[in-house]
Amino acid sequence: MQSSSAAPAHHAPGVPPVPTVAAHFASLDVQQHAARLGMWLFLATEILLFAGLFVCYANYRFMFPEGFAAASRHLNLVLGTVNTLVLITSSFTAAMAVHYAKEAKNRQVVVMFILTILMALGFLVIKYFEYSHKIHVGQLPGPYFTDTEPSLQVPGVPMYFTIYFLSTGLHGFHVIIGMIVLTWVGLKANRNEFSARNYTAVELGSMYWHLVDLVWIFLFPMLYLI
Amino acid sequence: MSPSSSSIAAEPGAVPAPGEHHDHHPSYLVDGTTVKSWLLTLDHKRIGVMYLIWVLLFFLVGGIYALVVRLELLTPGPTIVDAMTYNRAFTMHGVVMIFLFMIPAIPGAFGNFMLPLMLGAKDVAFPRLNLLSLYLLLSGAAIAIWGMLNGGMDTGWTFYTPYSTHTTTTVAPILFGAFIIGFSSIATGLNFIVTTHTMRAPGITWFRMPLFVWAMYATACIQVLATPVLGLVLLLVVGEQLFQFGIFDPARGGDPVLFQHLFWFYSHPAVYIMVLPAFGVMSEVVAAFSRKNIFGYRAVAFSSLGIAFVGFFAWGHHMFVSGQSTFNAGVFAVLTMLVGVFTAIKVFNWVGTVYKGAVDFKTPFAYFCGFLYFTVFGGMTGVAFATASLDVPWHDTYFVVAHFHFIMVGATIMAFMAALHYWFPKMFGKTYHEGWGLVSAALIILGFNATFIPQFLLGNAGMPRRYYEYPERFQTLNVASTTGATLLAFGFLITAIYLTYSLVYGEKASSNPWNSRGYEWLTESPPPTHNFIGPQPVYTDEPHFYVDREKAEVPDAV
Ligand code: HEM
Ligand SMILES: [Cu+2]
Repeated sequence: MQSSSAAPAHHAPGVPPVPTVAAHFASLDVQQHAARLGMWLFLATEILLFAGLFVCYANYRFMFPEGFAAASRHLNLVLGTVNTLVLITSSFTAAMAVHYAKEAKNRQVVVMFILTILMALGFLVIKYFEYSHKIHVGQLPGPYFTDTEPSLQVPGVPMYFTIYFLSTGLHGFHVIIGMIVLTWVGLKANRNEFSARNYTAVELGSMYWHLVDLVWIFLFPMLYLI
Repeated sequence: MSPSSSSIAAEPGAVPAPGEHHDHHPSYLVDGTTVKSWLLTLDHKRIGVMYLIWVLLFFLVGGIYALVVRLELLTPGPTIVDAMTYNRAFTMHGVVMIFLFMIPAIPGAFGNFMLPLMLGAKDVAFPRLNLLSLYLLLSGAAIAIWGMLNGGMDTGWTFYTPYSTHTTTTVAPILFGAFIIGFSSIATGLNFIVTTHTMRAPGITWFRMPLFVWAMYATACIQVLATPVLGLVLLLVVGEQLFQFGIFDPARGGDPVLFQHLFWFYSHPAVYIMVLPAFGVMSEVVAAFSRKNIFGYRAVAFSSLGIAFVGFFAWGHHMFVSGQSTFNAGVFAVLTMLVGVFTAIKVFNWVGTVYKGAVDFKTPFAYFCGFLYFTVFGGMTGVAFATASLDVPWHDTYFVVAHFHFIMVGATIMAFMAALHYWFPKMFGKTYHEGWGLVSAALIILGFNATFIPQFLLGNAGMPRRYYEYPERFQTLNVASTTGATLLAFGFLITAIYLTYSLVYGEKASSNPWNSRGYEWLTESPPPTHNFIGPQPVYTDEPHFYVDREKAEVPDAV
């Protein structure tokens, strides 16, 4: 039977294992190149997924300029800004993890990923407060919208909240996936698996996290600022 | 590059891969015989064969729905089913055929099997993802079929809102199934792109890749770039169905035309996901059976990319009657016609290849002839459709149905059948009966014409599509169409019988029974597990390099 990638070899504690090349690849370089290219393509599909929501936003903003402007003033700009800062910082720590992985400092990789995950958690907590406030006052999607606040009685406001919840919800889902990915890679780092020759998993994991950050960088001005 | 030089040579000083024994090289078919060794295999060839089995099964399911539709339309009034069942049948026919047959068929079955062989690779770049992609397809199919059995859906395969968000039939599971199938398609495309970039054997430069690989590459680009948008829009419709958000519902301020934009942004390119692999297969077949190098290799390769590219800017031609501005209609009309230009480049090159070739009229070549005819005829009706003023009277009539069956289904089925016969000896190591092959090819091509030419006439006379009943005056043509469909079904039945027979009792095929110059023929039939015995091959010739047409000597497998 053909096996594509060998299991990580057993190794003495403290010594990074020799990177394994799957049977069908010509060399380790090719294997890492393939992994990186695959990840880039995958990230492209993620951006395109969100792009569909951006198109919806643009379309309805064009149809309901007043409603969208009114609704967007009811988002909590302070919480949104804090969350943006949190995510940008977490992207930085994720990048540092790659830096350390290249130097085979697996301990620091673990620390950086823990920081990143903590910030991701912080992001979700803040989002939770934002969501619960919105649910409390009835600023909800489409037919569930019940807020009686006079400035919100404009056509398009419920549509705005539909898009708000769909896009931040989809993004939040990606935050959770990102946390799972980083935990998994962090556990590998904890087992001392990365070395200067072999840190692809760290690199790909943090690339994914940058995507999560990047999407938010688009969502934030779109929903909160304009 | 001397004509007599073998086109495959061992890399000097290459070491055999670890685990390589000297005499014992079981073919991939017998290397491991347990059920588990198939279901959990990471071998692209076994995955390809499993895809083949499943898509054939889906084709059968879709075909049964088609026959229900056709039988119902035999008489003007009710014939065999009630109106609701009829609506469900044509919807499920479209959904099954498109998402479970046409899109995965050639890439899943033949792409998986041939792409690594053609690149001199041992496997695709991500074998696990490859297996996952098969199981995603099957889980999506299972969910959709569950929905079909629990109520079905009556929206038509285009799921147009706001109807699809208000109908009481089971839209959600079927759309969710299609969403998962989309992931399968993305995974396959991603895998093929990375494989093409990173796994080419020494000597296979981009311009030495077989044209099938170019076509798969262009297809994969569309799969990766278009499918996520479909995924999102399907999710939105499911959400809309379950929670009435109103995003596409005009009663709640939503915009149903936005749905159409997002839907066709995928689904127009999706027709090239179906037809580009067909073009790729045919480029291989035409060279092999004309015993000539393909005419204008680069033009054929680049036109695949060209079609993939302009395919993204043509979606608006589905919306000429949606209240689109005249200016937009004009822009989309011109962009659509560009696709015709790229297709025409291919057609001229195929014809140029046959011209003065030493044609070997075998079953795959018969399908090539049918293919050329369907592509040209169907393509020209497409150009006619792209003319916005002509689209207006034809829109949503049987003219549409006939058009897309000619170009998309006709061309793709021809290629699928050609691929099945051309690569049958390579995949299974058996030969099939040429006589039966030609008979059924003739029957299928004839049946296709008999089914859909009447539909062109019906559409032109004004018979709308998706109607359960129709006026008396349309009956003759409808009977003709149903007769054609029956003929078609017979053709497929015969093929199923003799191919199954050959699988068991067929003669053993040599490694290169067609004397083809494609790289995939340079290994044994069926290939051993790691594709090539011995060191990694190095290629020194073009893939379609037929030097001496009369002798056409091709080295045996190394
Ligand atoms: C094998 C013989 C086939 C027959 C006899 C047949 C027959 C039909 C008929 C009669 C319709 C029109 C339904 C209506 O609009 O009322 C139809 C629609 C359609 N067919 Fe086929 N078909 C066949 C094969 C295929 C294949 C292989 C595909 C693969 C893509 C396909 C894709 C479609 C699609 C997408 C529609 C549109 C469904 C809709 O409008 O809702 N057909 N077919
Ligand atoms: Cu189209």
